[in-house]
Amino acid sequence: MMRTAVITRVLRMAPDMVTLYFEDEECSKASPGQYAMIWIPGGEEIPMSLSTINPGGESSLTVRDVGEATKTLCDMKEGDKVGIRGPFGIGYTITGDSPLLVAGGTGVASLAPLAEAFVERGVKPTFILGAKTESDLAFRDRLENLLGDSVVLATDDGSCGFEGFSSQCAEKLMDERSFDAVYTCGPELMMVAVFDEAESRGIPVQASLERYIKCAHGLCGSCAIGPYRVCMDGPVFDSEKLREVREDFGSRKMDPTGKIVGVDH
Amino acid sequence: MSQLSLSVDIAGLRLRNPTMNAAGVLGISAPLLKRVYEGGAGAVVTKSLGPEPRSGHLNPTMVIVEGGVLNAMGLPNPGAEYFVSAIKALRAEGIPVIASFFGASIDDFRDVAELLSEAGADALEVNVSCPNVQEELGMLGADCLNTEKVTAAVKEVSKPPVFVKLSPNVTDIAEIAKAAELGGADAITAVNTLKGMAIDADFRRPILTNVTGGLSGPALKSVALRCVWDVAKAVEVPVIGCGGITNWRDAVEFMLAGASAVEVGTAIRERGFGVYEEITTGIEGYLEANGFGSVKGIVGLAQEAI
Repeated sequence: MMRTAVITRVLRMAPDMVTLYFEDEECSKASPGQYAMIWIPGGEEIPMSLSTINPGGESSLTVRDVGEATKTLCDMKEGDKVGIRGPFGIGYTITGDSPLLVAGGTGVASLAPLAEAFVERGVKPTFILGAKTESDLAFRDRLENLLGDSVVLATDDGSCGFEGFSSQCAEKLMDERSFDAVYTCGPELMMVAVFDEAESRGIPVQASLERYIKCAHGLCGSCAIGPYRVCMDGPVFDSEKLREVREDFGSRKMDPTGKIVGVDH
Repeated sequence: MSQLSLSVDIAGLRLRNPTMNAAGVLGISAPLLKRVYEGGAGAVVTKSLGPEPRSGHLNPTMVIVEGGVLNAMGLPNPGAEYFVSAIKALRAEGIPVIASFFGASIDDFRDVAELLSEAGADALEVNVSCPNVQEELGMLGADCLNTEKVTAAVKEVSKPPVFVKLSPNVTDIAEIAKAAELGGADAITAVNTLKGMAIDADFRRPILTNVTGGLSGPALKSVALRCVWDVAKAVEVPVIGCGGITNWRDAVEFMLAGASAVEVGTAIRERGFGVYEEITTGIEGYLEANGFGSVKGIVGLAQEAI
């Protein structure tokens, strides 16, 4: 069933990125890593990670303006409404005493609630918050208030923190310290690099994958990766499943017609 | 130990059991279809393939409604030619493949049928009944003459058996089924989704981008069962039941109405890929408990009761 969510406040994160807060009972009970289908009446419906999950309280979506639907969402104001279905999918399984969370770009949206869930369990994860440039670092205050100096900043242009990709920063941290679990969300090529690096050290990984989700109920198959449906068997894949789809992960996906095309970011 | 057999023969196509996925459900990817087979299906049915690649409609393309699911995917598919390698890969693993396909004209249907037949598909399922592409493609299955012409054109070029999948959105499905049979159909699949719509009260507009969609799931079952009943009464060829089948009991009811096999789609949402094994095991238990030696033994029995 389609529900209606009213935007209660809008937080501008970066020039082209906002967080939209809303109240929705079902989303407030979601697990970190789950997503909702967001419908812009008159426009498209797209999958979005829940960037805030607050039992009994507000939820949020964090949107970067990358297309028509996301532009409409980025222009939304308090009081505007969207249609919502979900939450859907399998989120992160919380495991490990010294986890490393690796976020690239808007990947922070799904990993920030995970960091909060770890802290609730008395575990303080190391969090790589990476983006193109300093002004794109989303939820920096939220994470630094939560984790203090366990937040490691990384920017592609070196404007803040480590200079380079989140994956390169992760490799450096894995050299220096020992982690017993790695979680990653962001550009697929970044996640593959993180996965391969963790694999070579025998550290289990959970990665949140993205494909073209249409039905979100595991029926249409448009989000297939190998024998799995990202919408329902994912979006979070563990090492075992990632190994199974390694030929496609970071390399191939289906376009909206079902033709196989390359993964370019 | 009884000699109970779950295998069925549909117009010469022999399957290990009478279950398969409904066209459109998961059939866009060979690995997902393989998972359907591993989940226990007797055969797999591809997404409906057309002469050219299609992206389908934009989201929202699916919404849950009372008792079922409403969808208007809009026949996304990579084109029949592109999917040939997937069909071959599945068959190489011993998986029977039923290729569902569509066209905008009789020539399209013939060309695609020829291509899929040459690709080695174990059967063809002619989709003349998608409710979601009328403006672009028309629904050729809505009238007898077109159904007969399309079927005859497809039969002309097809080596494997040809199933014709009919729509419940017609005044008299029995007449259309007879037309398909006259055109040479080897079996009838009944039915495709029932045309419906959803409107959002808050936004005061239809939810699906395509405005209308096709209803599937339990809400469709009694309509589909009646269609199978009507079709089985009207034709001599086997009928494949489809529409709202969720468990073995539903499947048995469709068989009693006259279906030789069943297609299951929407139930995957709640039951997972194992739904095929669940249904097959349930049918086996039913046959055993009631002293039937084969699936064939119950096909159409309810017709004899009246």
